Amino acid sequence: MPLPRFAVTNEALSADALAAALEGDVRFIGEGCGALCTFVGVVRATHQQKRVKYLEYEAFAPLALKSFERIAGEASAEWPAAGLAIHHRIGRLQIGDASVVIVAASAHRAESFRVCRYAIERVKQITPVWKHEFFEDGNAWVEGATTDVDDETARRRARELACA
Amino acid sequence: MRVTVQLFARLRELAGASALECDVPSGATIRSVWLATTAKHPELDGFTSNISCARNEDFAKMTTPVADGDEIAFLPPVSGG
Repeated sequence: MPLPRFAVTNEALSADALAAALEGDVRFIGEGCGALCTFVGVVRATHQQKRVKYLEYEAFAPLALKSFERIAGEASAEWPAAGLAIHHRIGRLQIGDASVVIVAASAHRAESFRVCRYAIERVKQITPVWKHEFFEDGNAWVEGATTDVDDETARRRARELACA
Repeated sequence: MRVTVQLFARLRELAGASALECDVPSGATIRSVWLATTAKHPELDGFTSNISCARNEDFAKMTTPVADGDEIAFLPPVSGG
């Protein structure tokens, strides 16, 4: 496929391009591709009632890429026939910009929804990316999950959300 | 032996550097590297209970042993997506 399945980039993300690339990649594998489920995370105008001016994302890019590969490996152990692509943007993003695009491909719709949800939950748990929010009157780093790739409880939680 | 410490996000801002050199005795673990780093940069102390780490661009544990020339990354809680 012309686009890599996994990327951390300063460039604007395209959900359509990534979905088309993944579909092309899996079109003739197994039953083929009958479903593409796309998740696009975008920069929201508010955070805890504060108005956001813009965000800056920072990544430990080589490890973030490895986290995407790991997530894809976990997903394919659970849902072997599905394909997955994850692109995360870094640098300064404006409100409405896409920060992450996840595409899951499968022969039938149920698996693509599950894999897509599983992947975004795992990204939030383990991927070394940090969000720095800038407000009218200051700024703050957002600190969420403590990355632990071996935390089975977290993995189970992601799987439960994916299958809810 | 000497390792390079990589810091990200708020850790980087608090320490005022994205990379530091750190000398640790042989037999040291990533936890020893963290302790040596926070001894020089006590402003990072608050992260001790929720820090994650990587060794040479791979996920690691605080108990992972380090070798001379390693790159040890400390990761504050993540917030991607």
